[in-house]
Amino acid sequence: MADASAFPYGLRVLVVDDDPTWLKILEKMLRKCSYEVTTCGLARVALDILRERRNKFDIVISDVNMPDMDGFKLLEHIGLEMDLPVIMMSIDGETSRVMKGVQHGACDYLLKPVRMKELRNIWQHVYRKKMHEVKEIEDHDSCDDLQMLRYGFEGFDEKGLFMTVDSDTTRKRKDADKDHADQDSDGAAAKKARVVWSVDLHQKFVNAVNQIGFDKVGPKKILDLMNVPGLTRENVASHLQKYRLYLGRLQKQNEERILGAARQDFSNKGPSENLNLRSSFQEQPSNISSGYPHPSQKIQGQNSVLDSQLEDTKRTVPLPVPDKSLNSVGSVAASHNVAGVSPLGGVLSFKGLPVNQDRKPSETMNLGCPAWNGGVPSKQFMQYPKHNHARCDLLGDYACLPKPDLEHPIAPGHLFTPPPLISMSCSMELDARNFSDVKPGLLDCLKSLSPALTCTVDSVSTQLSDSVVTSADADRKFSSVEGLPSTNFDQTSNQGALVRSQEPSIICSADFSSLTEDLPGYPLQSVSFENIGLGGIDLFHYNDAMILSGLQSNWYDDQDQFAGDTIDYPLMDGCLFA
Amino acid sequence: MAAAMQLNTLMSNMFATGLLDDQFQQLQMLQDPSAPDFVAEVVTLFCEDGERIIGELAKLLDKPAVDFDKVDAFVHQLKGSSASVGAQRVKNTCIQFREFCQGKSRDGCLKTLDAVRNDFYDLRSKFQTMLQLEQQVQASFYPKQ
Repeated sequence: MADASAFPYGLRVLVVDDDPTWLKILEKMLRKCSYEVTTCGLARVALDILRERRNKFDIVISDVNMPDMDGFKLLEHIGLEMDLPVIMMSIDGETSRVMKGVQHGACDYLLKPVRMKELRNIWQHVYRKKMHEVKEIEDHDSCDDLQMLRYGFEGFDEKGLFMTVDSDTTRKRKDADKDHADQDSDGAAAKKARVVWSVDLHQKFVNAVNQIGFDKVGPKKILDLMNVPGLTRENVASHLQKYRLYLGRLQKQNEERILGAARQDFSNKGPSENLNLRSSFQEQPSNISSGYPHPSQKIQGQNSVLDSQLEDTKRTVPLPVPDKSLNSVGSVAASHNVAGVSPLGGVLSFKGLPVNQDRKPSETMNLGCPAWNGGVPSKQFMQYPKHNHARCDLLGDYACLPKPDLEHPIAPGHLFTPPPLISMSCSMELDARNFSDVKPGLLDCLKSLSPALTCTVDSVSTQLSDSVVTSADADRKFSSVEGLPSTNFDQTSNQGALVRSQEPSIICSADFSSLTEDLPGYPLQSVSFENIGLGGIDLFHYNDAMILSGLQSNWYDDQDQFAGDTIDYPLMDGCLFA
Repeated sequence: MAAAMQLNTLMSNMFATGLLDDQFQQLQMLQDPSAPDFVAEVVTLFCEDGERIIGELAKLLDKPAVDFDKVDAFVHQLKGSSASVGAQRVKNTCIQFREFCQGKSRDGCLKTLDAVRNDFYDLRSKFQTMLQLEQQVQASFYPKQ
């Protein structure tokens, strides 16, 4: 089985269906596809499984109609918490249902009876998401270059020109944002200064928004009020976009649940409550994109409530990791994960793929910034305390690092060198055993990534940190990093590189042969690219971005290679795959 | 082999009369040496699950105030289940059943419940015969020593 067509072999699938007959049939079919199958008859159990073995699955297939939990809700939870691609199934093929599935973030909707060929192809969703993530990183960088040139005038104080350019760009960006969720805004915001939306910074932001009045708010006004040196309008615009989406979801969720109960949810952090929160967030994207003015009007009235709730969240959430973690997620990851994490591995791994691009803002908002959604982080932290503790130490080390790039003017086309806040694979490091999960496909990724891992870790981090650190709610598209195997790759060298170097050199396609040599020994089954709790989610957001953007140069050089069948996975021989 | 011929005739008949559809053939193709009893297990699961669902439906429709949403949910389950084994006739009856549910017609539902029960029991008995014949055929190929 050592050929390109063997690529998806060993794909780890979780099947959720309350119908025992279908569960059995699907299991057989998926096994016939040479996938690794886990079945589950209850949605709640499935969620527990996923939470417990966060990185042990690449894709989830779930029925829509289940007695204990609506399939769409499960879909939302999975997308928010684990960011895995989810395929919905149903005997009911009504367009409205299918549309609902897509709205909730399903990457596909299969009609029962499902055919073998449909199941054989599910790996493409995993792969496509990875490709998409990489592409977004590339877009960020190219966008950055353009933005740099454009906003280079800022320093010259040519208000007329500047404001025109700025407003146009902002408007364009906002329009694009509305169309493409966070994609463009992230790109735009990411271009100049890589801002880490720390709790403090976000609080300033929120204060400014409240002061201005939510309906009158605009990036420039917020920026002026915040008075944070080095913060750019684009940063604020992007953040505002996400904030609006977040509030929209929160507002809707609050409408559904009593506000008081929601407050308690934040403090109690029951998992189901958190899930509810999340699911409501999930429901927002369609609302947000289609009817933006509507939620914002409501949001306006509830701003104070939401903010106060956020305050409560912040207070009550027992975040084991200090707030700084948001800022220096990367650093934590860096210190953690130095072990040969292969960015490409993350890209090509089947894990951590965002289910739905449109959901990214909400996801990132929830996960990236405790101030925004205390529920998410606290829940995560509570569930994965060990990760957080580990990270705490590392965060402390990096807490003193200056915010990337706020003080450095950015030369066009040149990526600044923020401190190596972002590690390539924080999640990887904590899960050394994860490495065994390396999929054959990853081997090739690792090949290309090895340069990033070994020699130019620093450059990766700097490059990535640009795009990643931009906002605390880093795009989940970068979550693919979590898929990177942590063990085995020149741990020491990587570690050193990640931590120390700040050289913004472009990662070159160094030889990965040393990396790949390590790979053959890994059994396919046992690796789990586990994200480290909520922090892990943040981290791998950053990490993915870092790695992906860092790798971008050689990634895209080889992009054709990864386009499909031409990918060469030399290490994929039978011994690697079950 | 008499059992084999009988089995053949039975299967052809089930397909020809629309009791089973192509999905059942898909199941047969899934069976392989690694799972030699796959079809038997799936069929058994279906029969048990179908029995359970029909029982629930009868209970729900027996109530003075029928909760049609619940009835619809169960019918949907049965529809999905029958689709899994290619039980075409049962599945089609379920489709009709759902229309009566949506129309909140208790009589329509009761009538269709009878129809679906008949179709289900018919299929189940044929499945049982099929499994017995299968065993006989297997036994003739692999006689006990």
